[in-house]
Amino acid sequence: MRVLTFARQFGEVVLAIAIAPLFAGWIAQCRAWLQNRSAPPLTQTYRMLRKLFHKDAALAVDASPLFRTAPYVLFGTMVLAAAIIPSLATDLPFARAADAIALIGLFATARVFMSLAAMDIGTSFGTLGARREMMIGFLAEPALLMVLFNAFLLYGSTALPSLVDGYASHPSVIDPSVIFAAVAFVMVLLAENARVPIDNPATHLELTMIHEAMLLEYSARHLALIEWASSLKLFNYACIGFALFLPWGIAIHGADGASALLIAVTALIVKLALAGAALALIESVSAKLRIFRAPEFLAMAFLLAVLGLLVHLLLGVSTHA
Amino acid sequence: MLKSHLAAQLLNLLAAGLLLISFAMLSRRRTQRLITLFAWQGSILFLSTCLVAYDASLTELYYSAALTLIMKVITLPWILHRLMRRLGAQWDSEPLVNIPATMLVGLVLVIFAFGLAEPISMLATTITRHTIGIALAVILLSFLMMITRRKAVTVVIGFLAMENGLFFAATSATYGMPMVIELGIALDLLVAVFILGIFFFQIHEQFDSLDLHHLETLRED
Repeated sequence: MRVLTFARQFGEVVLAIAIAPLFAGWIAQCRAWLQNRSAPPLTQTYRMLRKLFHKDAALAVDASPLFRTAPYVLFGTMVLAAAIIPSLATDLPFARAADAIALIGLFATARVFMSLAAMDIGTSFGTLGARREMMIGFLAEPALLMVLFNAFLLYGSTALPSLVDGYASHPSVIDPSVIFAAVAFVMVLLAENARVPIDNPATHLELTMIHEAMLLEYSARHLALIEWASSLKLFNYACIGFALFLPWGIAIHGADGASALLIAVTALIVKLALAGAALALIESVSAKLRIFRAPEFLAMAFLLAVLGLLVHLLLGVSTHA
Repeated sequence: MLKSHLAAQLLNLLAAGLLLISFAMLSRRRTQRLITLFAWQGSILFLSTCLVAYDASLTELYYSAALTLIMKVITLPWILHRLMRRLGAQWDSEPLVNIPATMLVGLVLVIFAFGLAEPISMLATTITRHTIGIALAVILLSFLMMITRRKAVTVVIGFLAMENGLFFAATSATYGMPMVIELGIALDLLVAVFILGIFFFQIHEQFDSLDLHHLETLRED
């Protein structure tokens, strides 16, 4: 039984690593369709990674070991996060070890390393990107915490798997606070993953870029790892969203045989396809905000999440007996 | 008393949606977006009224739901859109609104409204009594919008949104007002929007903009 649990955990992590670039590629494809461009193939992100892994890495003369280790740290934290988030099943040995608040800490660790690495070389672009990233991060984190508190209040637990289990045992409950939390979560997701209203993932030229500015100095395998880690981050955020708001199909504790896992994989892929299309739609209809509007955007996300808490306290249905 | 628990939950959900739209209204600068949001608010009101009507099997409420649909989702937004086009103010936006501060004040207002509604809802017996707090919050938020905005059109939209809040309070807490009163209010609203539309033209003609702060200065002529 123990072996089986670890096998499940291993399978989930491998699946996350494997299909995260596919998810990013799917969003890019949907965006291209919506903007009347001919879309790149779904395998484009994999080809990109392959090309980058085959190149020779060029390092700046002044690069410290920090600069070289940061991509590995980044990738490692994202893989660990993927292990904690119950994307397929809730009975995961890693997930029991860390709750959702530790998960936010994990994302923060990745952010700190990325920013330090960006400042390490000493180019103005890197520093600029790092400062902006920290600004976005410190505004997005409390909003994300508030969103999570909504779910915690609803099910009386801070661990993501127990939230999913809690939902499974009360499937008929529709809590009004969920709307607020979901809207706030989408806003945080857009901000944290450098999507359109805050940052444009497809630009290398503008002075307004945030994420891309930080990795201008990276090349070859380092760049590949960072790109892979950012697609994993997006995948992780999507899976957190599914665990909080759409936990249908995830194999719950005690009922996770082979067929349940098969259903979970299918459900995950369907949800990812829909979420990717929705994200592409949001990105296509909204214009990029000026950087000084970003605090306003994130303050709104925070306020919505707080409002969700208030609404829950006023007219919520309490489920944790 | 609502029969089913599910209907009560759905009504709570719609109430939360109403509050969400009120906050979205507070945060929008573009006047045209506000009109669209107002129409959305009307459609949520229509759905909630239908839900209450179905659940309490009150035929009267269906009429008032239909009235809501015709007035608040179709007619009033159409009139406002038309007015905006006639005034050439489609792309108007308000640059001088500090939105995060407004939202914070709005949050405080919501807490205040919830606190204020608590003893009132203790007296009520319906399952949906908690929605009184939300209706009160919607009213106060619309009030806040009327106070903070400077364009004439946005102030009017705030006024109409306030009426939406009142209507929601009436339907969700007490299953609607008598039909005569409702018809009267609907007519009043329509007339008010017509008269205010005339005001818009006057203000626009006098000052070449719809900004209300022109009205604050006294002129000696």
